[in-house]
Amino acid sequence: MNDMTKLTAKDFATDQEVRWCPGCGDYAVLKAVQRTLPEIGARPENTVFVSGIGCSSRFPYYMETYGFHTIHGRAPAVATGVKLANPQLDVWIITGDGDALSIGGNHTLHVLRRNLDCQILLFNNEIYGLTKGQYSPTSREGTRSPSTPFGSVDRPANACAFALGSGARFVARGIDVHKNLPDVLKAAHAHRGAAFVEIYQNCVVYNDDVFASFTDKARAPTAQLWLRHGEPLLFAGGTRGLALDVGTLGLKVAEVAEGDWQAAGVLRHDVRNRTLAHLLAEMPFGDFPMALGTLYDDPAPTFDSALLEQNAAVAAGKKPDLQALVSRGQSWMVEKQPRVE
Amino acid sequence: MATAVHLLTPEEAGAHPTPESIVVRFAGDSGDGMQLTGGQFTLATALAGNDLATFPDFPAEIRAPQGTTFGVSAFQINFGSTDIETAGDAPDVLIAMNPAALKVNVSDLKPGGLVIVDSGEFNARALAKAGYDGNPLEDDALARWQVLSFNISQLTLESVKPFGLGNKEALRCKNMWTLGLALWMFDRDRGAIVDWLRAKFAKMPELAEANIAALNAGHAYGETAELAGPIKQHSIAAAPAEPGLYRTVTGAEAISIGLVAGAQLASLPMFFGGYPITPASAILHHLARYKEYGVITFQAEDEIAAIASAIGASFAGSLGVTSSSGPGIALKGEAMGLAIMTELPLVIINSQRGGPSTGLPTKTEQSDLYQAVYGRNGDAPMPVLAARSPADAFDCAIEAVRIATQYMTPVMLLTDGYIANAAEPWRVPDMAGYQPFPARFRAEPAGEDGVRPYDRDRNLALDWIKPGTPGLMHRIGGIEKRDGTGNLDYSPDNHQHMTNVRRDKVLGVAAGTPEQEVTLGERGAKLAVVGWGSTFGPIHQAVRRARRRGLDVAHVHVRHIWPLPRNLGDLLRSFDSIVVPEMNTGQFKTLLRDQYLVDAKPLTKVSGQPFKIAEIEAAIAEALAGHPGGNLAADDTQLPGKDSDYDDGRRAEALSPQSR
Repeated sequence: MNDMTKLTAKDFATDQEVRWCPGCGDYAVLKAVQRTLPEIGARPENTVFVSGIGCSSRFPYYMETYGFHTIHGRAPAVATGVKLANPQLDVWIITGDGDALSIGGNHTLHVLRRNLDCQILLFNNEIYGLTKGQYSPTSREGTRSPSTPFGSVDRPANACAFALGSGARFVARGIDVHKNLPDVLKAAHAHRGAAFVEIYQNCVVYNDDVFASFTDKARAPTAQLWLRHGEPLLFAGGTRGLALDVGTLGLKVAEVAEGDWQAAGVLRHDVRNRTLAHLLAEMPFGDFPMALGTLYDDPAPTFDSALLEQNAAVAAGKKPDLQALVSRGQSWMVEKQPRVE
Repeated sequence: MATAVHLLTPEEAGAHPTPESIVVRFAGDSGDGMQLTGGQFTLATALAGNDLATFPDFPAEIRAPQGTTFGVSAFQINFGSTDIETAGDAPDVLIAMNPAALKVNVSDLKPGGLVIVDSGEFNARALAKAGYDGNPLEDDALARWQVLSFNISQLTLESVKPFGLGNKEALRCKNMWTLGLALWMFDRDRGAIVDWLRAKFAKMPELAEANIAALNAGHAYGETAELAGPIKQHSIAAAPAEPGLYRTVTGAEAISIGLVAGAQLASLPMFFGGYPITPASAILHHLARYKEYGVITFQAEDEIAAIASAIGASFAGSLGVTSSSGPGIALKGEAMGLAIMTELPLVIINSQRGGPSTGLPTKTEQSDLYQAVYGRNGDAPMPVLAARSPADAFDCAIEAVRIATQYMTPVMLLTDGYIANAAEPWRVPDMAGYQPFPARFRAEPAGEDGVRPYDRDRNLALDWIKPGTPGLMHRIGGIEKRDGTGNLDYSPDNHQHMTNVRRDKVLGVAAGTPEQEVTLGERGAKLAVVGWGSTFGPIHQAVRRARRRGLDVAHVHVRHIWPLPRNLGDLLRSFDSIVVPEMNTGQFKTLLRDQYLVDAKPLTKVSGQPFKIAEIEAAIAEALAGHPGGNLAADDTQLPGKDSDYDDGRRAEALSPQSR
């Protein structure tokens, strides 16, 4: 392989046997990422996948790049060290709903708040798969699992709302098997800063079809709203759209007659509108469609560049001199051997 | 740089009628600036060529309620013309800025010692707050000591009058007035402190000048006031010292610059991930300033992120370093296992404090030795070093970096609250005398059988392969890997093999470290006092005194806690008996017994107070009389005293909004 060769998805696949359950949504995400990397011009040697613990966190073993399978919940912290030590590296964090929102919730908050330049792919299957099926922080109320045999009673976290609340500057949603996933990944990669992508991922063994209400082919047109910057928020084949409900300062579904979405008051998507992003992230599914694609994309200075620029500015004009370092502060000279004991 | 030239002849040095060393304690309210006063007095003392050791003791509460006994902050310095290795036992001089400071500290003073108090603070309200029924300056409460009381508050106000400060600001110069008096008492030069004040208040010159005026006034007061009492100028001879450039250094600073030096000797940029915790934070503060040495500091969101980011940086080709104290080290445990499993270099500094749990945040203890050597899940071996003094911490930090990078392993360096905060004179090393140990990165592309990231060198160390290197892409992680290929492998024979390799690699570190020497005395002595860490000073002095009295005793002080020096077992077996003084319930004793089946006896002290020379001296005599070891009770005549600032949580909650 040399630099002149155009890479393909195959160049990003390792010789390791993939060990996810047959039919797992992770396979589809792996394929989408392997397809996307050559298209965005990624170099294997400059790409690092950092994961935590969970089914999805086996991901780095299947990528022919540098990879670090770390410990439960800590991938964002490890990735922060990788990126600060070498800002030339393209850093991807692979995590799950338990990894990122339960044991690692603190690190997810801070990597987003600081805006480290990286991509964060959160595989949300609303269940703990690797530990055999306990409910997770994104499981819906009433989820029956080995640890909640009578149904869970706590309310789930909303991953995208959490990310926005943490100060994320890029928030998107995708579906494991959906053809749009590579486009979502490309948008995330194009964003400079922490790019947060929630991927609805089906666990065939412990939580099969939990997302079927909006991923089913038959229901998709009325249940999915794919967001495109500058375009109206339409779904159901353009017959319905999202409009502002002035009374509640929220969104409402508006019927669109004969394609005249403007008359129906349907809003245009603006990826820089943080308020709209919050409304889209928190729309209750059922009454509303599922907002997919880029909810929010408004770059801000990144942590790594700010920190390294400050370090460079402070160091400018100074030369490292170990002898000077150890001699710092007030010193004194003892000039002659005094008495001998 | 100040220059002090010492040209003492043996006759001159021996002719001094003054004592060889003096212990002075400054005590006041935590807002009175006693640590600052003590620090500057230390500097002036070092500049005068005395050897010295300090013991800063401050409350767990940032600002405990003013005037209360648990808000008292103290700073003790022992200085003199002989080698000083401890902060001293009982003080000769106590300077107390208020009734609470007097109450807490006066009982520690040697009988006949000198008390200097600010009578301006001895009003009815302050006396009541400190729990005095009457005024000790007026009754016979202080009859055992010599007392000098004058209105320091008033004298300070008068000295700074020309600068037009408010009453509150003017009174804050009190500590400088007191420092001036102390400098006069011990014949110390004010020049360095004047320079320091001008630099500190560069943006507020009138404040600088007011403080200097207070300093000069205190000095002049000592010189000119017609004091009928016992105050007199002491002159302490300079300590004998090797010729060279000297400075004072605290343990935290020595570790910081040692880490920087280590990274430079390894030709590596350094990444430091830290999270604030007492008493380790000072290392983060120091390192945050050394940008030109390729140091990145990262204040992480928690202790786990601090170590995890350092591991990430090591993976990417930097020297990863993290630092904490016991509770934080406990949180880092799982990540240490990751660094052991992925065989990445990492330096972990543990500035030990009293435990368990929150324990005694500002007090010293050596009770994390088990945690350092054994405290991780799985068979997780890791080299452990312990610094014995602030200056020694510099070389220990370099040694930790060397082992981490040459053997591709995390290394823990143990220090403690005492070493971190205490200062001692340090002969500035010649950096050209340190042998570089440049880190190697694999760069040659993989051969036909792939990258093989788990191939090993003769030290059993993996090659360091950093991301960004073409043709060497590979994956690492906490799951067991096949030696050589690095593929996931749970097979029984492989786990046995890898467990053995990780153990042997760490044990192999001993082959490259010096043999254990007898620090003082002879191999085969009747008694060996075996120590580690900050007990060095009191053990050394106690053994020296015992030997002067003709006792057959030796001092062995161990730096390499794991793996132990390769000759240590033979050496220990040469002694008739072994006593191990440590500030815990006998942890190093257990390790020695376990490794060598020797009958090491514990001499323990767990009161948050360092050992006193006299205590160890007495224990040596007892041991030679056939009663080795035992437990030393808390000592109310020693810093930190029983009233000084224990934090039982309830007081803090009720009274101090800033406490945690």
